[in-house]
Amino acid sequence: MIWNEEFETLPREALEALQLKRLQHQIERVYAAVPYYRNKMEESGVKPSDIKTLRDLRRLPFTTKEDLRLNYPFGLFAVPFERVVRIHASSGTTGKPTVVGYTKRDIESWAELMARTLSAGGAHQGDVVHNAYGYGLFTGGLGAHYGAERLGAAVIPISGGNSKRQIMLMQDFGSTVLMCTPSYALNIADVMKEMKVDPASLKLRVGLFGAEPWSENMREEIQKRLNIKAIDIFGLSEVMGPGVASECIEEQHGLHVFEDYFIPEIVDPKTMEPLPVGELGELVFTTLTKEAFPVIRYRTKDLSRLIAEPCSCGRTFYRMERITGRTDDMLIIRGVNVFPSQIEHVLMSVEGVEPHYQIIVNREGSLDVVEVQVEVSENIFSDEVKILEKLGKRIEREIKDLLGISCKVKLVEPKTIQRSEGKAQRVIDNRKL
Amino acid sequence: MKVEQISIFLENKSGRLADVAGVLAAAGINVRALSLADTTDFGILRLIVDDTVKAKQVLKDNGFTVGRTEVIAVEVEDRPGGLAHILNTMKAASINVEYMYAFVQKSGGNAIIIFRFDELEKAIEVLQQAEVKILAGEEIYSI
Repeated sequence: MIWNEEFETLPREALEALQLKRLQHQIERVYAAVPYYRNKMEESGVKPSDIKTLRDLRRLPFTTKEDLRLNYPFGLFAVPFERVVRIHASSGTTGKPTVVGYTKRDIESWAELMARTLSAGGAHQGDVVHNAYGYGLFTGGLGAHYGAERLGAAVIPISGGNSKRQIMLMQDFGSTVLMCTPSYALNIADVMKEMKVDPASLKLRVGLFGAEPWSENMREEIQKRLNIKAIDIFGLSEVMGPGVASECIEEQHGLHVFEDYFIPEIVDPKTMEPLPVGELGELVFTTLTKEAFPVIRYRTKDLSRLIAEPCSCGRTFYRMERITGRTDDMLIIRGVNVFPSQIEHVLMSVEGVEPHYQIIVNREGSLDVVEVQVEVSENIFSDEVKILEKLGKRIEREIKDLLGISCKVKLVEPKTIQRSEGKAQRVIDNRKL
Repeated sequence: MKVEQISIFLENKSGRLADVAGVLAAAGINVRALSLADTTDFGILRLIVDDTVKAKQVLKDNGFTVGRTEVIAVEVEDRPGGLAHILNTMKAASINVEYMYAFVQKSGGNAIIIFRFDELEKAIEVLQQAEVKILAGEEIYSI
């Protein structure tokens, strides 16, 4: 179902007129309120009055995570501090976290966008939303929470962790919609199996998964093992949090970007030139309505492409293809660009192989050596050495065929690869470059 | 006519074999026969125990990947040519041995050889025709 029929199905022309009006207003406001942005615009020789068409967006300078760090904590806020009602921050695994703020109206908009997201995923009033995104500084938990309330669903604010308890409450409360990271969804499936809980005995119908890149094969795995439809949702705290884009349950193909709130661009990560619709590159967002923490041409480092073809669900928003990797997750192995998601894709195409894997890169002499560790589950285990060796060789060959790199597949015991209840660490790069 | 064997996937790192033995000991399971196939990275431990179902469960509960396979146990006279007779019979029937391991009975009498053939049913038939003594599962579990 479409939550906001009026805006989500605007004809492109009307949508673009609305985008331009909002963009001009946003740029004027940012220019006046945030000295850092004003200086950057002046250095680039562009003024708010130069934005006459949507195409003029490309004249504006990019914003990067580094800009956010330089202005830690509140330097890029565009409203007087007394208008800020919420502060979130990224995990900040390296150095200071990235801090974002919201006004009351920003929180309202966010709830609207997450209600749209849930609705696009087939959720509705009367649903029991099992929200296992982490609550706290991370935007996932509260973002999903406010959206589910706006939708009129009953939210279980269970947050992440303690999978056994999660499953017990799913049974007892009759959860119908699951929200968490895709790797945590698989963790829940594992624990259900251990507890001998049949997913078909639950009321779960759909899951909305995001906050980390995942593959089409992983979707199939989740759908099969949890007996639900799995929907890909997208967002990042710098732009707002979850609710920037979402798949529709009708197609499950490409995520509709809520273009009345954000303008997406795809740029070449090397030249920084905007690419035509349909080409793969780095995803860049400009917010159109954000009050406390607007961003202009924020570089996400996520790789995607835009899809302009109309969608059967009726939404007129462009879709972005599921994130296929990060510009900085990209491994360069003997000169070949490799994304962990591509290796995952190969593994999942092999019958019985579970999506628990780790890629270890070492440098021996001057050569990059890649080891892919794959857990041996009962499905692929055999009492015969040759069958297991054949499996390893088959995976090696398929990786070679698809990615053009040689690697060594190492079979490891189950549960030896670290399970994460949040984001999974897929790559260990031991090269000292 | 068939004997249940359990197999366990082991990474090639120190202490894993001891871990398996410890789990089985704690569950009071007695090992009748075993063999370990090893490669550079991993090993496959094959066991015949007195309680297959319980052994599989306790090992699974402890996080091991465990499989169950049907194998054949034959009794071989403890004299030169005993093994050759069986293998020649199989060769004549074009049945392939995937792996095998042997142990000697307590009484010091005949040897027992555990076979995994590529064609189990056919192997039983051929062995019976050759009048080789095939042991039932119960006979092995309770040795």
